[in-house]
Amino acid sequence: MTPLTGFLLVAALLFSIGLAGALTRRNAILVLIGIELMLNAANLNLIAFWRYGPHPERLTGMMFAIFSIAVAAAEAAVGLGLVIQLHRHAHTTDLDAINRMKG
Amino acid sequence: MSPVFWILATLTIAGALAAVLLKNTVHCALALTVAFAGLALLFLELGAQFAGFAQILVYIGAVAILVVFAILLTRGSETPKDGVFSHTWLAGLATAAAVFAVLAWAVLGNAKALPNQAAMPSVSVHDIGIALVGRYVLPLEIIAVLLTSAMIGAVIVAMHDKEGAK
Repeated sequence: MTPLTGFLLVAALLFSIGLAGALTRRNAILVLIGIELMLNAANLNLIAFWRYGPHPERLTGMMFAIFSIAVAAAEAAVGLGLVIQLHRHAHTTDLDAINRMKG
Repeated sequence: MSPVFWILATLTIAGALAAVLLKNTVHCALALTVAFAGLALLFLELGAQFAGFAQILVYIGAVAILVVFAILLTRGSETPKDGVFSHTWLAGLATAAAVFAVLAWAVLGNAKALPNQAAMPSVSVHDIGIALVGRYVLPLEIIAVLLTSAMIGAVIVAMHDKEGAK
């Protein structure tokens, strides 16, 4: 097994754990945590390909990862703001209880 | 494969599993921090110092704190009586397992075609700074606009509306 394969498998496992969390948890914040884990798995892939790719001096994978970290930060801020507003409106963060878009 | 990689991979996967599986939401946030720290160390192991420290600053310093704040503001730390998993958890678990199976099959099936450069790339923060304001200046500006609008948007979304307040 080459090193890159190991990193890619870890990233795939992390992505699947995040996906399972986002699909199975009832609390909206835990769903966001799952999405964060999936974004991080993608970052690990980008960095691993940058490290083992043929032209690391061009910094392509590294730049993708840095921009992806910035986008993830923006996503977390907006997502958690939405969860707080949802709790204020529906008095719960249980996604099984929130089943109407009209509120 | 170095032992350092296996230790860090185990730490990261264990943290992620705990973040998804634990019952108490605050414990989930703490486990998530462990997973983020493991990922930052994996980045350092890959020679991406800048990305590793950015990961520590952004995820452990900001996102984990935001998650804890959101949990405390929504009283999410109380464990619900009828379980923490949705009633469609089996379908979700099956989907995640299928996705992992496809990804692992794709990675292992093409292991020979993947690049494998042995030399560790030596990239300084100076090079990254030059690239950010040179070749990647347009994405940098777009990210700046995105972060500003996301910050304003998050404040507006989470703001109390005076009329509707009870």
